[in-house]
Amino acid sequence: MSQTPPPVNSFAQMQAGRPTGPLVQGYEVIIGFETHTQLTTKSKIFSRASTAFGAEPNTQASAVDFALPGALPVMNKGAVQRAIEFGLAVNAHIAESSVFARKNYFYPDLPKGYQISQFEIPVVQGGSVEFFLPSTGSGQALEKKTVRLVRAHLEEDAGKSLHEDFIGMSGIDLNRAGTPLLEIVTEPDMRSSLEAVAYAKELHKIVTWIGICDGNMQEGSFRCDANVSVRKPGAELGTRREIKNLNSFKFMQQAIDYEVRWQIEQLEDGHAIQQATVLFDPDTGETRSMRTKEDAADYRYFPDPDLPPLVVSREWVEQVRSEMTELPRLMAQRFVSDYSLPEYDAGQLTQSKAVAAYFEAVAATSQQPKLASNWVMGELSRRLNAEDKGIELSGISARQLGQLISRIADGTVSNNAARQVFDALWTGEGQDVDVLIEAKGLKQMSDTGELEKIIADVLAANAKNVEEVRAGNAKAFNALVGQAMKATKGKANPTQVNELLKKKLG
Amino acid sequence: MSTDLHDLSVAQLAAKLAAREVSSVELTQHFLARIENNAGLGAFLATDSEVSLAQARAADARLAAGERTPLLGVPLAHKDIFVTRDFPTTAGSKMLENYRSPFDATVVTRLGVAAGAGMVTLGKLNCDEFAMGSGNDNSAYRPVQNPWDTTRVPGGSSGGSAAAVAARLVPAATGTDTGGSIRQPAALTGITGIKPTYGRCSRYGMVAFASSLDQAGPMARSALDCALLLSSMAGPDPDRDSTSLDLPALDYATDLIATGAANTGTAPLKGLRIGLPAQFFGAGCSADVLKTVRGALAEFEKLGATLVDVSLPLTELSIPVYYVIAPAEASSNLSRFDGVRYGHRAAHYTDLTDMYKKSRSEGFGDEVTRRIMIGTYVLSHGYYDAYYLKAQKIRRLIAEDFQKAFTQCDIIAGPVSPTVAWKIGEKSDDPVANYLADIYTLSSSLAGLPGMSVPAGFGEGGMPVGLQLIGNYFKEAQLLGAAHQFQLATDWHLRQPTGI
Repeated sequence: MSQTPPPVNSFAQMQAGRPTGPLVQGYEVIIGFETHTQLTTKSKIFSRASTAFGAEPNTQASAVDFALPGALPVMNKGAVQRAIEFGLAVNAHIAESSVFARKNYFYPDLPKGYQISQFEIPVVQGGSVEFFLPSTGSGQALEKKTVRLVRAHLEEDAGKSLHEDFIGMSGIDLNRAGTPLLEIVTEPDMRSSLEAVAYAKELHKIVTWIGICDGNMQEGSFRCDANVSVRKPGAELGTRREIKNLNSFKFMQQAIDYEVRWQIEQLEDGHAIQQATVLFDPDTGETRSMRTKEDAADYRYFPDPDLPPLVVSREWVEQVRSEMTELPRLMAQRFVSDYSLPEYDAGQLTQSKAVAAYFEAVAATSQQPKLASNWVMGELSRRLNAEDKGIELSGISARQLGQLISRIADGTVSNNAARQVFDALWTGEGQDVDVLIEAKGLKQMSDTGELEKIIADVLAANAKNVEEVRAGNAKAFNALVGQAMKATKGKANPTQVNELLKKKLG
Repeated sequence: MSTDLHDLSVAQLAAKLAAREVSSVELTQHFLARIENNAGLGAFLATDSEVSLAQARAADARLAAGERTPLLGVPLAHKDIFVTRDFPTTAGSKMLENYRSPFDATVVTRLGVAAGAGMVTLGKLNCDEFAMGSGNDNSAYRPVQNPWDTTRVPGGSSGGSAAAVAARLVPAATGTDTGGSIRQPAALTGITGIKPTYGRCSRYGMVAFASSLDQAGPMARSALDCALLLSSMAGPDPDRDSTSLDLPALDYATDLIATGAANTGTAPLKGLRIGLPAQFFGAGCSADVLKTVRGALAEFEKLGATLVDVSLPLTELSIPVYYVIAPAEASSNLSRFDGVRYGHRAAHYTDLTDMYKKSRSEGFGDEVTRRIMIGTYVLSHGYYDAYYLKAQKIRRLIAEDFQKAFTQCDIIAGPVSPTVAWKIGEKSDDPVANYLADIYTLSSSLAGLPGMSVPAGFGEGGMPVGLQLIGNYFKEAQLLGAAHQFQLATDWHLRQPTGI
């Protein structure tokens, strides 16, 4: 066993062929992630003490968590099951036998003087996370990214040192000691802070979707460390610095951007980058070094003799697979094949279980999956974002939206009119789609005779425009369409207006 | 022969209790008085007559209610490596002076009155600090004397257990064996002790020395008494110790009594092949020990066993291998003694690092410090492969050698210790000499095999000599059976030191 964990920057040659991300001042940015996800087991990874957050200090720690003499760890199967679920969710290999090791170091909140973690042989090996980069707004095609995972391993969390409440002393709270963590390590596959945040969001989605982590970043249930380095394109990988404990997506991007600028400045000034662990300070927006490689501890890893190898049978894996919720990845594939949705739509709609369920209900009611997708990702999502609400708090139910979309599809209302109905439903002005359409007089004009009359009036009143259209001015034609729509108070079908105008002017 | 209560075996005491000829309270008072009168041996680190008598009353109540189980009401004492709620637990170290565990070790629970076999705890027995030593002179509190010659060591690390049983201060005791710590003191004090297969007894509540080697076992005056205790001590403990074997405990004693009676007067060990490894009978073993062991083996032949030559070529390597692996694990296991949550904390320190350094330097004795340093070294970056990893590879080869030998024989026999008990202080300044004396017990520990020490006679200075019997995995019953037949035919185990 070597004494350093498999390094994140381990596949320099594999990186050579990878697409280069946006260069920053001529430098390529290379990012890898290590994410500690706290698993949702009720009890700790090696003891029966509760994992609930926020209890009085040291009330949720057993003899094992206090590391009393004679106490021994016993594996919590629930933690292993969650690791298996994660492995299946990211298409990874689940090791039939993996090994727990001791990472030895002294710290007051580490009661045994070592952390039990998986070192050489982790339970989850390989796998990948796929996601779309958010649109940059310039109309480019959306880019699909794949970030390869190196591994995901089980380990125990440490306790907490409380420095504030004691003068000249530190308090130790061991409630968190022994909380199960799954540490998820990527290859250095990300090329910008934007990609890094998109990866973290996707990973967050996966672990909350399958329910192995509550995803609460404030309480530390989902903690990201980013390994950041820069290099000139084609050069060897640069020395990385690890930014610890990024506990919000916003800080994540700020921290990486700052770190990239800082590293480039250093290099441009002729300084070499020292391998280091740094912390991001949200108040100053800067990263600062905690420790460098020189003072890195020798952890003296060795297999924990208190725990036999963790054996995961194929039967267990298959059982977990059969009981697992539909994975976002597979659900997205189903949306593409069953609803003929574009891959991007399917990806967006499977960002959360609630959104996916809402979409499926709208699609079922309306029988119009693409329209349902457009409305959920468009109008509905805009409204939710504007009011900073989750879909659970949507002002309009999936059934209502489904009915509204049916009315668009059968030509009863135009898209514009439908938006008005949507507003009315959202604000609670009414509940029934058809009643609202009727009450607001938004029914599309289907009587061609009436529309022809209105168009004749419009043409008569806008003789100048008519002339210009005949002279070949397309803008003038659009103005006439607008006038006709205005005259019908938006109730006319724009396609129909177009056709009639063309006929009359033709 | 005297008919004093303390001369009776566990089996005999249990019979008396069952017949209500004596109460557990009377027995407890009798033994507590003996312990007090022989405090000079240094066998005990803690007694508490109130606690012991309360347990005895509870045992008597179970007897009065009609319960008749093989150990009910019989007193014993625990090596101070087992944590106990009712007594302090020091592991022989200043580090844990006055430490009181909030829970009992599984072995203590299984033998005890509250939820187990009903034995009464007389107190906690002295041992080498954190079970590291072979003379019991590494106890932070005081050395233990050998009842056969109080100027000599009783062996270690379960020296208090061995001395107390040999001096008949207790009918039986628990011990722990990492590299010979049950077998060697049993040999040096003329008692019987068995280290079961690794994992047979739960390690939960044993202050850990080397987790992959530590194993609990009984120490008593006969194989039958050991069998009685082991039947209650052994068994799976899956909710507390992940390394405990998933095998039910057997009723070892009933088997012994049945086979013993059936075979009287015949050749009871007919068909038993006893393998004698050449490496156990070489120049490293003193002549008196060799002669005594050969004498005992001749007795086994008379009982029908056949002696065959076998080879354990890596025996010598077991010393360096053990003294890499055991300190490596110990260096990590003992990290929890940091002065933060319990145990010794230095009175004065300047900062966190200083607190660690002072607390640990003050709390640990020399041998423990030495092993922590060795263990830290062999696990360090750059040395791991050369020491720890290589030792683990050789450990596997040592285990394979035993399996080869067991194709030729059923039990392996030889001396336990190359010499009889030495003078207290004689090897104190020579740790390597102490390590070398472990040569016959280390290899079976590394392989995880069961082994026992059976009184075989006397050597130089009239000091006891033990015969070691090593069985294949899970073959405790076979070892105990062979030893029992030997003890039915001999009286070495009944000899008593004079003056106590």
